[in-house]
Amino acid sequence: MAIADEITLRIVLYEGAGAATLDAAERGSTLTALLGKGYAVTCAGSGAVAPADDSALLVLGRFENGQTPEAEDANGAVPIRFRDIDGLDSEGITALVEEERKSTQTAQHGEWKPWFPVIDYDRCTNCMQCLSFCLFDVYGVDDEQEIQVQNNDNCKTNCPACSRVCPEAAIMFPKYKSGPINGDVVSDGDLNREKMKIDISALLGGDIYQMLRDRSQRSRSRFSKERSSDKALGERTKCLTKLAAEADIDIPLEVLQSLPSADEIAEKSAAANAKATAALAAQKSG
Amino acid sequence: MADKPRILFCHCNYAQVVPEEVKAGVLQSLCESGQAFEAVADLCEMAARRDPALKRLAAGEAPVKIAACYPRAVKWLFGGCQAPLSADRTEVVNMRELSAKDAARALLDEKVTPNLAADGLAAATEGEKKI
Ligand code: SF4
Ligand code: SF4
Repeated sequence: MAIADEITLRIVLYEGAGAATLDAAERGSTLTALLGKGYAVTCAGSGAVAPADDSALLVLGRFENGQTPEAEDANGAVPIRFRDIDGLDSEGITALVEEERKSTQTAQHGEWKPWFPVIDYDRCTNCMQCLSFCLFDVYGVDDEQEIQVQNNDNCKTNCPACSRVCPEAAIMFPKYKSGPINGDVVSDGDLNREKMKIDISALLGGDIYQMLRDRSQRSRSRFSKERSSDKALGERTKCLTKLAAEADIDIPLEVLQSLPSADEIAEKSAAANAKATAALAAQKSG
Repeated sequence: MADKPRILFCHCNYAQVVPEEVKAGVLQSLCESGQAFEAVADLCEMAARRDPALKRLAAGEAPVKIAACYPRAVKWLFGGCQAPLSADRTEVVNMRELSAKDAARALLDEKVTPNLAADGLAAATEGEKKI
């Protein structure tokens, strides 16, 4: 199932009427443990919290005499479960919540590092360069021919390459180490920096393979003698590391190594280009 | 009080970009405050799965204070999921840049200082207030 189709479990840590109050340390350790497992927790206290929606609700509390109430939302549409956590430490509480997650068949978190481009539409000019650059179908257009991130789980973890091709510095990766890619303010200097505008399509395309061919030709005799795939892999690794470092574009090695073959790259890039050209043409005629 | 801000805390679970001591310190202050708040494991993950909960977190008339990272990133994580945050009522407290003490103070202060760029203003440049 695509992650966007999964239902998530909302947890409420209840300390109101009919339940005991937790002390701050217990509240803290419970929250830390549940957040660490990827859950969203509403901590009821003084003041408002976000309104309810259709997500499955699990209410945890130290209920008087261990008596958990029965309830459903006013329309009977949202299943609400109550579980008593009296006597449980944070580990016990997490185990109980995991059990509930399984029985409600709600989403499991943490299986994928959420790494994907986030578009700043205040900056984006819809030029489609990102769409024509990305080989992994991350980008697409909506009905109004506006650029969109459509397949964010296709994005290669820790690779911020497409943010470098965006002429407006409109592509962010919030978990990136430095600005403006991480969402920090964009300075005029950033926009002018050659690095931001670098055309790395060449690096991801034929150049790598040309370079590899040149290098392997030079060392062919050694490879053919040794017939060692490990050594060949080592050579490829060295080449790619050097290329990535020279271009200073911070594309992780694993990404470079997982690139499709040169022919496939040419094919994919032609398809992405065609998509971008069609979107630009539709923009003009629309 | 109707205008008391709601609080949302992002634990930035799947990366080490928010310093551990800042996250832990802010969470501890929230737990000690007796204030109601929402805590989410990772807003990025929620945006990736287009979690409908983002709509619930952005909804309502009350102002919202969000402890996470850069305001521009937070704005578009929500915005990209059709859960726009109100530029007039949202203050993002940047735990990548503030100490735990300063972030907690900003979060628990009832005064809201909105700091998202208004829609269509590509003004996220040097002039924008950095928090
Ligand atoms: S390259 Fe940048 S400005 Fe162009 S469509 Fe992509 S995000 Fe928008
Ligand atoms: S929104 Fe910012 S703080 Fe929250 S998970 Fe994403 S990068 Fe981390």
